[in-house]
Amino acid sequence: MRLSFGRKFGVFYASLVYLFLYLPISILILYSFNRSKLNAVWTGFTTDWYVRLFHNDSILEAAKTSLTVAVITTIGATMIGTLAAVGMYRYHFRGKIALEGLVFLPIVIPEIVMGISMLALFSQLKVSLGIMTLLAAHITFSVPFVMVVVRARLAGFDKNIEEAAMDLGAKPWTTFLKVTLPVIAPGVIAGALLTFTLSIDDVVISFFVAGPGSTTLPLKIYSMVKFGVTPEINALSTLMLLATLLIVLFAERLQQKEK
Amino acid sequence: MRRPPDFARWWTLSPVTVWMIVLFLLPLILVLAVSFMSRNIFGGIEYTFSLDNYIRYFDPLYLKILWVSCQLAFLTTVFCLLIGYPFAYIIARSPAKYRNVLLLFVIVPFWTNSLIRTYAWIILLRTEGVINTILLHIGIIDKPLTMLYNDTAVLIGLVYTMLPFMILPLYASIEKLDKALLEAASDLGARPRQTFWKVTLPLTAPGIMAGTLLVFIPALGLFFIPDLMGGSKAILIGNLIKNQFLTARDWPFGSAISIILMALTLLFIAVYVKISKDKAGKDLM
Repeated sequence: MRLSFGRKFGVFYASLVYLFLYLPISILILYSFNRSKLNAVWTGFTTDWYVRLFHNDSILEAAKTSLTVAVITTIGATMIGTLAAVGMYRYHFRGKIALEGLVFLPIVIPEIVMGISMLALFSQLKVSLGIMTLLAAHITFSVPFVMVVVRARLAGFDKNIEEAAMDLGAKPWTTFLKVTLPVIAPGVIAGALLTFTLSIDDVVISFFVAGPGSTTLPLKIYSMVKFGVTPEINALSTLMLLATLLIVLFAERLQQKEK
Repeated sequence: MRRPPDFARWWTLSPVTVWMIVLFLLPLILVLAVSFMSRNIFGGIEYTFSLDNYIRYFDPLYLKILWVSCQLAFLTTVFCLLIGYPFAYIIARSPAKYRNVLLLFVIVPFWTNSLIRTYAWIILLRTEGVINTILLHIGIIDKPLTMLYNDTAVLIGLVYTMLPFMILPLYASIEKLDKALLEAASDLGARPRQTFWKVTLPLTAPGIMAGTLLVFIPALGLFFIPDLMGGSKAILIGNLIKNQFLTARDWPFGSAISIILMALTLLFIAVYVKISKDKAGKDLM
């Protein structure tokens, strides 16, 4: 009896927490279909806000910026991070601990400090803020995450296979492409997907390094919310939620297959 | 065993080294340097060495901001822990076939933009918001409640945003917990409550510490939640840094506050590493 009461309570408690996690998001989605612009009274179903979204040039521009930055960041950070993870795994050298610290520090220091420090650098170098500075910043905060993910995958990798390939005459680059990369591919893809979502969702760092002509979607939402609440923001948020969700489910599928 | 030629080492590790030195280390050194300079009348930087910015920080006004920020980050951590621990425990003890799905449903909101999650609460809490509309409609209240633009709203926003960061490490440590130890404790006559305090809690302490770290540090820097949900006086250390850089244009002072925030963060991490090392040492004995 006691156990079953405990179980019931467990289910009840867990449901409450899930409700807490999902209720706000569900209501946000629901109200993106509400006709009323002014308040929370439900006045009828409409998809007008979505239509308006696609006629709003500044939002489309921000979406374009976000996607461009996310795609290039994903390619850049995945390449740098994967190579680095392989290098760290393969070699022992002086200063390895220092390099490790340098690479993993960005994960733990406050984002706002990273944001302002890059702003300080760009302003000292007289680099004007825009897509390039966004890219530089996004790749910087993504590389450590790619390294962590790829590294986890490398942990189970048998070094002897690489050595066997090279003993048989394969060049290091060929060994990497034909032996190492296929083994760590799921880690690389997971790292790339993680980078894409980190980049497309970043608020704090982008806030400091984006220029007036390079507003990303989250920054656009930020300025829209500051002006006031409109169902258009709900519609935009819903689409972004959907996009993130699809990527995550895709990544999850990929990992399930691996198992 | 044949060693791969050196150039392979060069092309795997030099991109990351160069990139992180130029775009991570150099900017941090720059901020450190600027924090010892002063602001000139045009809002630029005067290149003279002084400790003024750090001395200025010890003004009660700024110390209070630091204190309030730490308090709020601490409360956020405590609420995340109180909500998250039983929840992580329940998931970790649920039938194995459901566990991954249950966990995935915790991670999904964590993958969504934190700004959007903040906005979702604004829709709920504002004067013309969903909660007020429903309560007015049912007739429980006759004029809207003010739930937004105060410290409680900021706390709700922070807890909501940070909760998954607490649940995940807690889950990891509770799931690893050996059930046999709990049974042994109860076989030896420990009551459930005793078992919890003497066995479960100490063994899951690493998860609690990791979660605390993951929640506390970002909670100090998330300037947009106080910005959007807090009242006009809700200035936290993240907002202070942001304002020094973008509004007041006092970069040296803003840099000094950033260095203080970073020092504080590294201090927390050092304490965390020390505690977990001591614990690992004890476990070996």
